[in-house]
Amino acid sequence: MKMSRKNPEKLIDEKDVRLDGRGLNELRPIKIEVGILGNADGSAYIEQGKNKILAAVYGPRETHPKHLALPDRALLRCRYHMAPFSVDERKSPAPSRREIELSKVIKESLEPAVFTEYYPRTSIDTFIEVLQADGGTRCASITVASLALADAGIPMRSLVAACAAGKVDGRLVLDLTDLEDKGGEADLPLAWIPNLNAITLLQMDGSLTIDEFEKTLNMAVEGCKQIYGLQKETLKAKYITVKEEVEE
Amino acid sequence: MSPTVRVKQKQIAQLVSLGKRLDGRGLTDYREIQLDMGVAGRAEGSARVRLGKTEVMVGTKIELGEPFPDVPNEGVLTVNAELVPLASPTFEPGPPNEDSIELARVVDRGIRESKAIALEKLCVEPGKKVFVVFVDVYVLNHDGNLIDASALAALAALINTKMPKYKVEEGEIKVKSGYDPLPMRNYPIAVTFAKINDNIIVDPWLEEEQVMDARITITTDKDGKICAVQKGGYGCFTTQRILEAAKIAREKAQELRKLVVKG
Repeated sequence: MKMSRKNPEKLIDEKDVRLDGRGLNELRPIKIEVGILGNADGSAYIEQGKNKILAAVYGPRETHPKHLALPDRALLRCRYHMAPFSVDERKSPAPSRREIELSKVIKESLEPAVFTEYYPRTSIDTFIEVLQADGGTRCASITVASLALADAGIPMRSLVAACAAGKVDGRLVLDLTDLEDKGGEADLPLAWIPNLNAITLLQMDGSLTIDEFEKTLNMAVEGCKQIYGLQKETLKAKYITVKEEVEE
Repeated sequence: MSPTVRVKQKQIAQLVSLGKRLDGRGLTDYREIQLDMGVAGRAEGSARVRLGKTEVMVGTKIELGEPFPDVPNEGVLTVNAELVPLASPTFEPGPPNEDSIELARVVDRGIRESKAIALEKLCVEPGKKVFVVFVDVYVLNHDGNLIDASALAALAALINTKMPKYKVEEGEIKVKSGYDPLPMRNYPIAVTFAKINDNIIVDPWLEEEQVMDARITITTDKDGKICAVQKGGYGCFTTQRILEAAKIAREKAQELRKLVVKG
């Protein structure tokens, strides 16, 4: 049930402090785990602020239906899906147009990082479930899905990190919450592959001058750099535990 | 990638690196654009855009409906796109696929985020009755760059749209004779680029789309502000290329806008 909540008039105060106490250029607290699901070939979980998102990877495996198989590379498929209870008003479990579009752009943002040519005729299926949503879920989904791919042992050129930046109350800010996205002037989600210095997802809605657009773009890339650091740490930590277990 | 496409890719990429294109255009040239308005008599507004051989028709319908609970005083905008099977051997009948949904949503984002339609003027009875504007994009021939053709046709159709006059009498809505134009206040124009090797080209046609690494659509409003961006395809962009594209998009949009907005 949607409780009638009064939206605050100001999302950022005079001292550039946001509603959740963050500065303009600050990410929400992020917690990432990898290898948490039993059946999946690879899996990962992320909490970014109030977002809670699970990702699982199955594959490379035989492609079904068969006619979709590609002769020269693996078929990377992606499903972004929101749990009915992930938002205030129940979301119908049937895929919405938004989810279909996001599945497409997420897939396109991950594909440049994956060596799909190593596994012709197979499919690599990525499933993303948003359990709790609070703005910026497509970016957090990319961050977590690329870790699930890595956890599945799929050869990749790099991890993919994603982060949004935007304009709220006339100021440029990093990593918008749902409230900031809805009440703000612009939102620009971006995915970035560090060692190729390549942008693989870019969307924007709202209103920005070209100058603001450039600054927001750079801000989002800086956010991605921080997230990339966290991704690397998480993967390393996992393999240190694996190593310890083996040595025992 | 089929062998013919691979051969073409080499040829197209070589030409592009020399600043040329297979069809003789410059890298930032559009194909010839032909625009006709009022092509569907039963629609409240309509337009057909021919962009080279790409052909898109857009019809608008206006109906009374309920507003969204979070914006009780505003009319509703709905954009849908159909990749009609007669338009291409690759289009199949059936429910909308991810390509048609993406097309509709990119067109929608441009109109919505630039606040092109004064939706607050479409409210009849707050919280109860508002006008719903349906924008239906109908692709009739696919020869590349459906986004720009569809966005242009959608904008033209909206400008062409007539609203029925009405009055509210004792809580009942009565339609009067005569029409008003749909209240518009902005004119968003989408400009799409394809990236081939490390070059960007404007308005890719089908053969260029088949060999491109990625595409990016930048929609700018009448004040030159960016109101929507969508990257598509499996490739990637550098920041530098994106900013370059944004500047070209703003210039190109001004040229295109003159086709639909008179004066």
